[in-house]
Amino acid sequence: MNKTAANRRWDNYWGRNLKSGGYLLRKSIKNFAYRIIRFFMLFGMCFLILQPIFNKISISIMAEEDLYNAMVITVPEHFTTANYQLAGQFMDYWKTMANTVFVSLTIAMLQIAVCTIVGYGFARFEFPLKKFWFACVMLVIIIPPQTISTSLHLHFRFFDLFGIAKMLTGSTINLRGSALPYYLMSAGCMGLKNGLYIYMIRQFFRNVPKETEEAAYVDGCGTFKTFVRIMLPGAKPILTSCFLFAFVWQWTDGFYSKMFLGNIKLLSVQLQQIGERLGNYMIHTLNQATGASVGYTQCIVSTGTLMVIFPLLLLYLFAQKGFVESLSSSGIKM
Amino acid sequence: MMKRKKYKGLQRRKAISGYLFIMPFIIGFLVFMVKPFFQSLYMSFCNVKVGSSGFELIYGGLVNYLRAFTVDIEYNKLLTTEITRMSYNSVAIMVFSFFAAMILNQEFKGRAFVRAIFFLPVILSSGVVLGIEYNNTLLAGMQDAIQQSAGGTSITTAIQNILTINGIGSRLFELVFKIVDGVYDVAIASGIQIIIFLSGLQTISSNMYEAAAIEGCTRWESLWKITFPMISPLFLVNWIYTIIDFCMRSDNKVMEKISKTMIVDLNYGFASSMAWVYFGIVIVIIAISSFIISKGVYYYE
Repeated sequence: MNKTAANRRWDNYWGRNLKSGGYLLRKSIKNFAYRIIRFFMLFGMCFLILQPIFNKISISIMAEEDLYNAMVITVPEHFTTANYQLAGQFMDYWKTMANTVFVSLTIAMLQIAVCTIVGYGFARFEFPLKKFWFACVMLVIIIPPQTISTSLHLHFRFFDLFGIAKMLTGSTINLRGSALPYYLMSAGCMGLKNGLYIYMIRQFFRNVPKETEEAAYVDGCGTFKTFVRIMLPGAKPILTSCFLFAFVWQWTDGFYSKMFLGNIKLLSVQLQQIGERLGNYMIHTLNQATGASVGYTQCIVSTGTLMVIFPLLLLYLFAQKGFVESLSSSGIKM
Repeated sequence: MMKRKKYKGLQRRKAISGYLFIMPFIIGFLVFMVKPFFQSLYMSFCNVKVGSSGFELIYGGLVNYLRAFTVDIEYNKLLTTEITRMSYNSVAIMVFSFFAAMILNQEFKGRAFVRAIFFLPVILSSGVVLGIEYNNTLLAGMQDAIQQSAGGTSITTAIQNILTINGIGSRLFELVFKIVDGVYDVAIASGIQIIIFLSGLQTISSNMYEAAAIEGCTRWESLWKITFPMISPLFLVNWIYTIIDFCMRSDNKVMEKISKTMIVDLNYGFASSMAWVYFGIVIVIIAISSFIISKGVYYYE
């Protein structure tokens, strides 16, 4: 019974193929070839993206003599975890990591909270000069922070709010190195890529039907209550992905961290100094005259990079949906 | 009359609450953007003297700009190389991300996994991680070793040799080969762009493709007649995002030089003038290219 059914289908395929004048067969072959080509292309591109990580992992577990051994390319001959210990020691890993987690979390939360409020304001209210202020948001996205960095640098070096501090203490306050300026900037939507978050959140709120809002008003919700009780719960996916982006970008950010958060040990800044530290360590602690060799420095730097991005990779693994699916399914219309 | 007044009142109340909502942005914008913006513009014309109690600005005219272009040995070269690198990389990123989004939008086994890998660069190419990637001379050394063991030439150089021998290799080809050799840079910089294109592709309804197919449209034709017009606004967005992203990358040589001048040499005036020249050029490029692209953008509503 089954066999005859299968037979019939087979007949049907060839029969159909015959009827279509070979078109069906050609199409199946074409489809199959396309799928194979696509597989190889995707495989190649995935490998291209992942290869540096694999490479770093294999280098990070090599002993120094393996680095110069031409026979050793991926699998080390002398397995060691000394690189991790050394890199961890240079970066003061656990303490720095705790700092980084704290700063990234608080900054990301503050930024997203403020950006949500602002984005909602732009999406759901009509007020004079709205176009002008939104153009300013665009401007914030476009102006690279480096352009105004010189001025900001001095601004916070000699910080003074309307001359109050000078009146009280006789001198301006040096805020460089403390975290306060950056928190202030985040509260004013001027942190890392904040214009982009405002933009994305605004796009989301604009797509919420007006009836939802009106129903809430009719039922006696005020403006603020509508925002908190009605709009925010629906916006969870976009807020999660914005939060994750803010967290990750803050984690790896070198520019703002170096400029404003110099006194707090952060992974991104520590990572940049790791090579120098290794040299000092070699000269002063191990009493080697030459310092660290180029290869070994790179090995330690790779290990350090791995240690910095490892928590992020873990986060990405578990929160992948939050990163991507919410963005691509909600359809950011520009 | 009465009714209209009442409506006006509600509108006014809504306008006020709207302003309250965007207040943080207005304050932040005025304090941390407008003021530093004009100050740094003014600073670029000045000699900045930093003392222990404050800083003074001595107006010096175009001195800093003249120094950037005529005295400083590196700046002109860095500027031209970075801008050429930016233009061809941006084009390559657009093509690559569009292509990747097209493939990732199709149905196949393991799509979620492949997508996860393609969006990984969002993490990998951010901030300091990228800058360190580029300095990695050891990896470069290993690549050389691999290339030597593979007979001394990579595939691209082999093809390039063949083409040059046959007299086809022109400057355009050289550029193409440069991009192919640097395909890793392109792939790693196109995470967000792929997401944006993908979100656009998903909003195109499949009815259109079906209708087109019934009318006898081939896949190739529907790519040009449906897909391109429907996501053309996203080309503009992605183009601008790519250029700006390139400016802010930590491996950007011009930016490195600027922050070095500022933090190490404490020469604030010179640093801001260099930043302003770079910013000005980038803005002009963005303006011209967006104008050209926006001619071809089709808004479907």
